[in-house]
Amino acid sequence: MESVDLLYKAIYILAIFGITLLIATYSTYFERKIAAFIQDRVGPNRAGPAGLLQPLADAGKLFFKEDFIPAKSNKALFILGPGVAMLVATMSSAVIPFGDRLIVGGHEIVLQAIEVNIGVLYIFGVVSLGVYGLMIGGWASNNKYSLLGAIRAASQNISYELAMGLSLIAVLMMTGSLSLREIAEQQAGFNWNIWYQPLGFIIFLVCAFAECNRTPFDLPESEAELIGGYHTEYGSMKLGMYLFAEYINIFVASAVMSTLYFGAYNFPFMENLRQAISDPILANNVVTLVGVVAMFTKIFLFIFFFMWVRWTLPRFRYDQLMKLGWKILIPLAILNIILTAGGILLKDYLF
Amino acid sequence: MEPLSNRRKQVEKKEMTFAERAYLPAIAQGLSITLKHFFKKKATIQYPEQTRERSSVWRGLHVLKRDEEGRERCTACGLCAVACPAEAITMTAGERKVGEENLYREEKYAVTYEVNMLRCIFCGLCEEACPKAAIFLQDDKIAPARFERDEFIYGKDRLVEPLKTTETK
Ligand code: SF4
Ligand code: SF4
Repeated sequence: MESVDLLYKAIYILAIFGITLLIATYSTYFERKIAAFIQDRVGPNRAGPAGLLQPLADAGKLFFKEDFIPAKSNKALFILGPGVAMLVATMSSAVIPFGDRLIVGGHEIVLQAIEVNIGVLYIFGVVSLGVYGLMIGGWASNNKYSLLGAIRAASQNISYELAMGLSLIAVLMMTGSLSLREIAEQQAGFNWNIWYQPLGFIIFLVCAFAECNRTPFDLPESEAELIGGYHTEYGSMKLGMYLFAEYINIFVASAVMSTLYFGAYNFPFMENLRQAISDPILANNVVTLVGVVAMFTKIFLFIFFFMWVRWTLPRFRYDQLMKLGWKILIPLAILNIILTAGGILLKDYLF
Repeated sequence: MEPLSNRRKQVEKKEMTFAERAYLPAIAQGLSITLKHFFKKKATIQYPEQTRERSSVWRGLHVLKRDEEGRERCTACGLCAVACPAEAITMTAGERKVGEENLYREEKYAVTYEVNMLRCIFCGLCEEACPKAAIFLQDDKIAPARFERDEFIYGKDRLVEPLKTTETK
């Protein structure tokens, strides 16, 4: 790799990292605003114009709180827990294609940190590592509520990862590739996967909620019965890291869903726009930039949906959660695979 | 048993339909309800800048009135303290000395007069009990939040109406 490329990659990775953190920070703000609006309130509005500095104030508060480690806890693991959660959460956005390619000065710049042909597997691997953060934290706290929260987190993630993977297989059967970029490219224009995989998408969506520990599946941290679950013993910025990791996970889940089912950076009438501009390089750049905007619009809509659902639905009971995962979602996902296979065979037979 | 009213209804447990068991229609309905609230007018009143409109008979912070010549009206009869259901009022009475006629209207006056705002329920019975029209609950002031309990015991310094220094026509 040329040194210019390396430099560009470094800048791009830093930019993505920064954007991820920024979006996660402001997700907390929007979460509170959306919660307030849904409950006919106005939400934070004192810190800065329209309360926009609220996340900074929150972060400041978390930083200056006492950093407490319980006496009987396992100190190393206690510190490691939130670190793992945060690290894993920020790692997963590396393979997501946020845009097509830009051409600057004859250089082709791909708007994706790492182009790997196993992007989907990478995401899955990294996301399933995320539960280690919760497990380690819950275990190290030496508190039965934390432990119960950690156990719930682990069993919930395992159960729902199965259905998630199965629903994904249907997409992979259609696209024939594990590379997120290729999956994105195949959905050019308005040819999005959601039109072919509505059932798969719903399964994936439900599982994404469970993987992110969001309501209605926020059993690992259910305040009512577990007083916060795995982060009961945490305070200060360690708690902040856990909460932050949750929001980053939401961002990544939204990005993955947009990529897999909603055409990533593709938008309707893309080719018309490309042809409307005579200079091919300029046309390419314009289309790419609009594509980036489209991608982020989709991501934000998904984040909004996550929050909207949180302030609408109550929490599942634990047995209901397991029943939904094993007895409903997994069979449905298998059915979806069979239907997709049938569809592909039919298409091959007819054309 | 025979029902006393004919409003009794037989409760039955219906099997859920498929749509009900599938969760999703109900979830969609719930989401539409919350979305409607998202765009609704908000009920919040931005407190320090805006205040809720009060009724004309609203009872707020007490005031000890002066008469037209600026003399305190209260004669320390204690009727307000007796009437008070919350026992929020305490006072000590004193005799007016010669030369103090411009300060107190009656021969007996309240040397101290305290209302404990933490006890007071703002019922207004003190106002009704007073034979001298000396105590009133103002309609525009409230007892603000404070950090110490003793600061809620309002003495004469904070209860007595300030002297009007300039003559208003
Ligand atoms: S308003 Fe009622 S409670 Fe308060 S001091 Fe007067 S009589 Fe007592
Ligand atoms: S305020 Fe009225 S009722 Fe109370 S002691 Fe004074 S004169 Fe009597």
